[in-house]
Amino acid sequence: MYAQMVDTGLKEVRTADDMPPEERAFQARIDADIKIEPKDWMPEAYRRTLIRQISQHAHSEIVGMLPEGNWVTRAPTLKRKAILMAKIQDEAGHGLYLYSAAETLGISRDQMLADLHAGRAKYSSIFNYPTLTWADIGTIGWLVDGAAIMNQIPLCRCSYGPYARAMVRICKEESFHQRQGYDIMLAMSRGTDEQQAMAKDALARWWWPSLMMFGPSDAASVHSGQSAAWKIKLLSNDELRQRFVDQTVPQADFLGLTVPDPALRWNDETGHYDFGAIDWSEFHNVIKGNGPCNRDRLQARVNAWDEGAWVREAAMAHAEKRAAGAARAVASIQQQGRTA
Amino acid sequence: MTEFVLHASMPKIVTDLILFEYLLRLGDSPLILAQRLGEWVGKGPIVEEDLALTNVGLDLLGQARMWLAYAGEVEARCSPRGRDEDALAFHRDAGAFRNLLLVEQPNGNYADTMTRQFLFDAWHVRALQALTRSCDPRVAEIAAKGAKEASYHVERSGDWMIRLGDGTDESHAKTQSALDNLGMYTGEMFASDAIDAALADAGIGFDHAVLLAPWREHVDAVLEEATLALPAAEWMQGSGGRGGRQGVHGEHLGHLLAEMQYLQRAYPDSQW
Ligand SMILES: [Fe+2]
Ligand SMILES: [Fe+2]
Repeated sequence: MYAQMVDTGLKEVRTADDMPPEERAFQARIDADIKIEPKDWMPEAYRRTLIRQISQHAHSEIVGMLPEGNWVTRAPTLKRKAILMAKIQDEAGHGLYLYSAAETLGISRDQMLADLHAGRAKYSSIFNYPTLTWADIGTIGWLVDGAAIMNQIPLCRCSYGPYARAMVRICKEESFHQRQGYDIMLAMSRGTDEQQAMAKDALARWWWPSLMMFGPSDAASVHSGQSAAWKIKLLSNDELRQRFVDQTVPQADFLGLTVPDPALRWNDETGHYDFGAIDWSEFHNVIKGNGPCNRDRLQARVNAWDEGAWVREAAMAHAEKRAAGAARAVASIQQQGRTA
Repeated sequence: MTEFVLHASMPKIVTDLILFEYLLRLGDSPLILAQRLGEWVGKGPIVEEDLALTNVGLDLLGQARMWLAYAGEVEARCSPRGRDEDALAFHRDAGAFRNLLLVEQPNGNYADTMTRQFLFDAWHVRALQALTRSCDPRVAEIAAKGAKEASYHVERSGDWMIRLGDGTDESHAKTQSALDNLGMYTGEMFASDAIDAALADAGIGFDHAVLLAPWREHVDAVLEEATLALPAAEWMQGSGGRGGRQGVHGEHLGHLLAEMQYLQRAYPDSQW
């Protein structure tokens, strides 16, 4: 998902026998669906796992601005341009809420960004694919925001209060994004031959990477058990992926577009779609940094940060001058008070 | 230039032709500046600034759309074609654009972008305020909405001028250099040509020259606090009625339009 393969730092799920009394009390609160708040006691592994998960999610929002930003200056109508700019602005806002949520766990935004820029922190694999035509902007809204919602709606009930509340705010906006993306696809799949070809090609390129967003299969997910016990992961990767496929295939049918999976078929017995095997070697390579755009995306973020350094320094220097000026004014008033 | 005055006796079609031209002038500057701000997406010095720049860009794009939509309606009244906002934005060549030269200047660094923004905003807010008194109700209505946004924009860009000018030595030098480079594009904001004069006379537009003194006062006050100064004006670009508002542009606009218009030009018969 926006947070894929989050390491809990633990080899096995903790049982009550492993836990000291305060941890047992903590787990009992989680089991009773009572939210954990920043000032509450929490196990170090829970805190660290959440930092990894929330910061990955935040970085994904910020890095995700780049593939869409690639089309802002080329949007085909003024209305579509305005919608796209507003969407990207929402994503920047999501990044900010999530950085703030992570900061409640005792890490600074600067530290999180330093981890991203040094390649220590991850972001979603999906943003390492290129946006080649305008149909990609439609497909991202439809599939990528669609997959994000699928994952994030359950997270609105997660155990950590600030994260759960950030998710509630974010989910509302993501559903707009998905509808707007689908609307682009609707126009293109009903459009000229060239537009239909772009729509088809975009779905062909984004389908499998979208399924990979949910992370490795449950069998290969070593950390999911503990995250589930902590209620920071409420549904398994495979459950979420299946829901996504079940929701999305009829939407593709309505567009008259073919999902690029020869094994895809409705299964009457299970009441779900069966679908083909995911190429996990591609997924692991993209996660490792070998996707088509990993280098460009990270470089773009590093450049923005480095080129902005003098601006941030100027703002800070000015704020300090202001503060010093105010302090001098207060001192001189106090001085006058004493001499009066 | 020969003075041309609009008379009540003049046929409506002539007034509309002039009004159409004027509406392009009003719409093209925010359109082109919004396009420039769109180039910053994902590249701001801090996420909050990315958000804020996009916000300003969205406001300007919204204003451009209102001006151009109205321009298309007026065009339909006075010519066989009435183009919609997209036909006007995507199917005109550079020579048919009526934006100020200032807004087509490249983004450069953050000081260049903020200086361009501040010099424009300080003019824009006054131009829009003047137009709220237009006797054309649509013009007055669009201007009133835009003026509220522009007064927020100028506050923000003015704050940045102060931070950058009175920040570090590096930010001061970069911002002064931006002012030195952009100062010569401010002259055409205060030059009225026959079209401006005709519409001012008809009570639809306003005399651009009267904005100069209050603009200068505002800019100087901010720059003083920022420990910066406008360069001495030797020669203003676009002088003599041959500036962006008359369709005489620099080299940058063609590239900006090539990018902005590409999809509409490549696939002209498509609905998006
Ligand atoms: Fe988002
Ligand atoms: Fe989104």
